[in-house]
Amino acid sequence: MIKVSSRWTKVWYRNYISFLKFFYVNLVGNLGDPILYLLAMGFGLGAFLGQIEGVSYVQFLAPGIIVSSAMFAAVYECTFESFLKMIHLKTYDAIIVTPVNIEDVVTGDIVWGATKAMLSGIMMFVVITVFGLIHSWWSLFIPLLIFLVGLHFACFAMLITAWAPNFDYFSYFLELVITPIFFFSGIFFPLSQSPGWLRALSGTFPLTHAVELSRALVMGTVPQRPITNILFLIIPSIGLFYWSVWRMKKRMIK
Amino acid sequence: MVVVAKNLIKKYKDTMAVNGIEFKVQEKECFGFIGPNGAGKTTTMKMIYCFVPRTSGDLQVLGRDPSIHPELVKANLGVVPQDNNLDEDLNVFTNLTMYANYFDIPKAIARTRAKELLAFVQLTEKEKVKINELSSGMKRRLMIARGLINDPKLLILDEPTVGLDPQARHLIWDRLHELKKQNVSMIITTHYMDEATELCDRIAVMDKGKIMVVGKPKDLIRDHIGEEVVEVMLMDMPAGKLKQDTSGFNVTLEETSQKCYFYCRDCRSLLSHLADKGYKHILRRPATLEDVFLKLTGRDLVD
Repeated sequence: MIKVSSRWTKVWYRNYISFLKFFYVNLVGNLGDPILYLLAMGFGLGAFLGQIEGVSYVQFLAPGIIVSSAMFAAVYECTFESFLKMIHLKTYDAIIVTPVNIEDVVTGDIVWGATKAMLSGIMMFVVITVFGLIHSWWSLFIPLLIFLVGLHFACFAMLITAWAPNFDYFSYFLELVITPIFFFSGIFFPLSQSPGWLRALSGTFPLTHAVELSRALVMGTVPQRPITNILFLIIPSIGLFYWSVWRMKKRMIK
Repeated sequence: MVVVAKNLIKKYKDTMAVNGIEFKVQEKECFGFIGPNGAGKTTTMKMIYCFVPRTSGDLQVLGRDPSIHPELVKANLGVVPQDNNLDEDLNVFTNLTMYANYFDIPKAIARTRAKELLAFVQLTEKEKVKINELSSGMKRRLMIARGLINDPKLLILDEPTVGLDPQARHLIWDRLHELKKQNVSMIITTHYMDEATELCDRIAVMDKGKIMVVGKPKDLIRDHIGEEVVEVMLMDMPAGKLKQDTSGFNVTLEETSQKCYFYCRDCRSLLSHLADKGYKHILRRPATLEDVFLKLTGRDLVD
């Protein structure tokens, strides 16, 4: 039985305090990769490409980079960081002998993962604004969007962590699951030109739907299928949340 | 009663970790579990502090069933597990205040309490220090302070002084004695017999998931060993000869490859007899809990 109480906020707070201590390290870690992609692909490769869907390549790329930076932040937080706390530092063990239960701990870590995703997405958003690639006030909804992206991938990553026997396991997860999602969710090229099977597969990735929404918000255009997009960002997360909390509880309480 | 266990069983996949034990811990008592590795001590502790659900049997901790009201039970427990699990991202002081927050203790009270506890375990000057800069003795003391942050009705200590040097051990014993004076109920597991004798009012000796005996340390020693022990070094001499030489004495004898142990109430006549027979390597000493432990759980190595 899964019983989440409001005490999860205490675990979130613990992670927040610990995060403040390593603020600058965290900052560089989160921003380094997405900025590199933006520079190398957007400006570098983009210089050789013409317009895509009516905009420059870097303009096409930027909205996707915002949501993918959120994805990576959440995945990192709820795989490596959570595993470290669970197995090596025994932080979970210490907390669950207080009135805070394992469900609260896992929930706190998941929401924290989503928070980190939001922070890193917002920082990326600021960078992209500085590059002059934001064109609409609708983009103020981007923090909410990336929080949902963060929540989804935090739950997903936590489920993997509940199974992981060691750190190597996460490399497989990153290489075989997260990286393909990253490349085939419409961030780097429009899926309209792709083979049907790839389009169908990609349509099942919540990240694809986040990219579509992000692009619409940044450009101020109307998304083609907003309801589908939102449902894909919310429904799987609910399932993954309960599944991951349940698996974690099974792993911790024997 | 602080803890009441009846026919308590914990079964992992194919091992019986705890196999139907029964015990009671009274208020203000310091109750100890001793036993070889794998005897089920830690599992028993974990069932008490709601970390491990029991397989069957009855368990009441502070008047409540830990599987039904874990939050209420845990709110009044202080737990110091075997492995230190301090929060390495936080400094010494914040470790305590953060832990207080898990117990819903208001910030101002938490700060006062943290300061008092750091003074209690003599770590006041380490307040701002990082966890990995503490010695193992200091970490252990901080663990005890953390276990006391919620002013628990029952403090559970799983091997409180394992791996510490004598100075650090004695400092911890001193602090635990102080807590006993303040009437804190405690449950301790330990591998150190001197520690069990020193701290515990009553002791349960566990082996293979069962409780062999329960009693006051002095009573256990008197009932199972006697007053004194005479150790005779065999020095390549066959144990049979020694047995023959002492056959007239009504004493319990136990032999190992190197030594023979005689357990007796008054060893004077035996000693003079052994001296007359020409035995030279003889040690006469008071009986200890270690003798009880080895007699009950055997001398064979447990893996």
